[in-house]
Amino acid sequence: MTTMTHSNPSPTTSQSAGAALPQNEVIRLSQVWKTYRMGDQDVNALAGVDLSIERGSFWAISGSSGSGKSTMLNLLGCLDRPSKGTYLLEGRDIAQTSDDELSDIRLKYLGFVFQNFHLIPQLTVEENIALPLFYQGIEGADASNKARELAERVGLGERLGHRPTELSGGQQQRVAIARALSNDPSVLLADEPTGNLDTATGDSIMALLCELHNQGKTIMMVTHEPDISAYAQYAMVMRDGKVESISENPPHPSRGGKHA
Amino acid sequence: MIGTRFYRNVRLGIKTLMLHKMRSMLTMLGMVFGVGAVIAMLAVGEGASREALDQIKRLGSQNIIINSQKPVEQAASGAMNIRMNIYGLLYDDLERIEQSYETVSRVVPAKLLRGQGRVEGRVLELRLVGTTPDWFQLVQRDLIAGRTVTQRDLDENANVVVLTEHGARRLLAGRQALGAKVLINSGYYIVVGVIKSEETQSSTMQTPDQNIDAYIPINVAIERFGDISVSRSSGSRSRELVELHQLIVQVDSIQHVESTAAAIERMLEINHPKGDFSMSVPLALLRQAEATQRTFNIVLGSIAGISLLIGGIGIMNIMLASVTERTKEIGIRRAIGAKRKQIVGQFLIETVVLSVSGGFIGIGIGMLIPWMITIFADMPTAVTMWSVLLSVVISVGIGVVFGMYPAMRAANLDPIVALRHE
Repeated sequence: MTTMTHSNPSPTTSQSAGAALPQNEVIRLSQVWKTYRMGDQDVNALAGVDLSIERGSFWAISGSSGSGKSTMLNLLGCLDRPSKGTYLLEGRDIAQTSDDELSDIRLKYLGFVFQNFHLIPQLTVEENIALPLFYQGIEGADASNKARELAERVGLGERLGHRPTELSGGQQQRVAIARALSNDPSVLLADEPTGNLDTATGDSIMALLCELHNQGKTIMMVTHEPDISAYAQYAMVMRDGKVESISENPPHPSRGGKHA
Repeated sequence: MIGTRFYRNVRLGIKTLMLHKMRSMLTMLGMVFGVGAVIAMLAVGEGASREALDQIKRLGSQNIIINSQKPVEQAASGAMNIRMNIYGLLYDDLERIEQSYETVSRVVPAKLLRGQGRVEGRVLELRLVGTTPDWFQLVQRDLIAGRTVTQRDLDENANVVVLTEHGARRLLAGRQALGAKVLINSGYYIVVGVIKSEETQSSTMQTPDQNIDAYIPINVAIERFGDISVSRSSGSRSRELVELHQLIVQVDSIQHVESTAAAIERMLEINHPKGDFSMSVPLALLRQAEATQRTFNIVLGSIAGISLLIGGIGIMNIMLASVTERTKEIGIRRAIGAKRKQIVGQFLIETVVLSVSGGFIGIGIGMLIPWMITIFADMPTAVTMWSVLLSVVISVGIGVVFGMYPAMRAANLDPIVALRHE
């Protein structure tokens, strides 16, 4: 294993971390380390990752368990801070933020889609979708209209008053996607979004993600299934806390013709 | 804006609590009984003491009451049956008190005599009170009909009598009371007024041996009955000479009551070395009763406070369980962008909703229990405003205090760990 940085689609330069991001760059990681202490040993979950993500791109991250892909997603999702190095999201250095600021960044720039949907059972579909709006201070008719609009966008017409448990897995994941979109995030983070769904439903969810990508959303998706990975523009493989390879996928029918 | 947000948070809290109805109800029970116990206990205590205080107050808190009292050593010598007991307050005492103290605004003397009232064959044992017009101002009793004894009655030595409502009913039995002639012992008296009877401890029962008073001018009493009274008991006769049976001293202000009472007592002790008088100061009794009441309330309050504490711990226990159960929800909210303080707020609102609604049900029960005690056990009770306010404050306080720890624990969870929690 080399400690060298791997090639990126957008050319990586040795810019200083504080420098402003180019217009089309949403995320930049420079020499990011994440170290956990297990007993009396330090384990590097991330070992010096450099990465640049272009606005509007669609990425699939894969790797065996322990490769660091979950840590990577948590970090990208601002649920965690790097131990070392810099992570710039929309030009802001995440390493230097307080817990409250991190919450604000998640609220403003990020949307999450999880494997287990992670909807709140006591809230209705509409309330689940509007939850980020609630924390942004948007309520009442405004929130309700926005939730309805998003539900339509993800193909959930008239189920706004239902509880999540009354919906099928595919529908629940659509609710989760609508919720992730409600704050109009810079980056959509998806953790095995089809992992709990059958193939047909999974394909329809992927088709929805592709549609969002076609509309210009930046999507970072963790998956271990090659079929699902194929939907993305770029496939990143991780190993031992490092980016092992990055490759461009051939065009996929769901993704439309556009390419970076 | 903030209002609607708060309202929404509260609604969300209620909704979450309603998801676990059984658990929420059981949690609330601690508060319900705690608050209910506080209010009910204080109501029972308050009711009991308020009646005692009322009776003392009716004696007049500005008054000092001095009674003649048979000295102990003389009362014991019943063997000599022709002997005359001479004791008690003197006409001179009345004059001395009236003239020696600046703080005394008036002194009302009373002779208390036994007499038999007769109206056309009806006979009633009476306690004759020979007194002055001032008596009716000091001992406030409502006038039902006619008038009280006046200064003119005294000047004219008028043979008039004022009856109590109870006495008038028993003696005159529905006849026109005013103007009726009553034979008392050997003289006729004209009824000029009727006043309300003294209320007794239990208002529903009429104690048969209660004094039925009849009021006559004091100089008429002296003239007709003299100072010597004869009483017979089991074959032996005893004679007593008592000039005045009672003096009611009114002091100009409450602040002077205790010092004046002390001064009068010293003076009387010099003139009455036998100790043939007793003095009671309603104000002192009132203070004493209030002190007793305070102690009583503290004891009751502590007991109720302990039950509230247990209720609070119950709430904390359940909320801690709830935090564990809802770890994933906390993770989701944090991932979406909720700040720690927003999570704290959410859990805090839930405990406050729980404890406040428990508190309000408790207030209902706390008011119901005294009401039932009054109805079924015939005990006076009084729910006080401050005990209700106190319970509300306590239940909110318990919600905040005991909800804080679980809420902080929820907020300090690492969102990554919380999300992974199943």
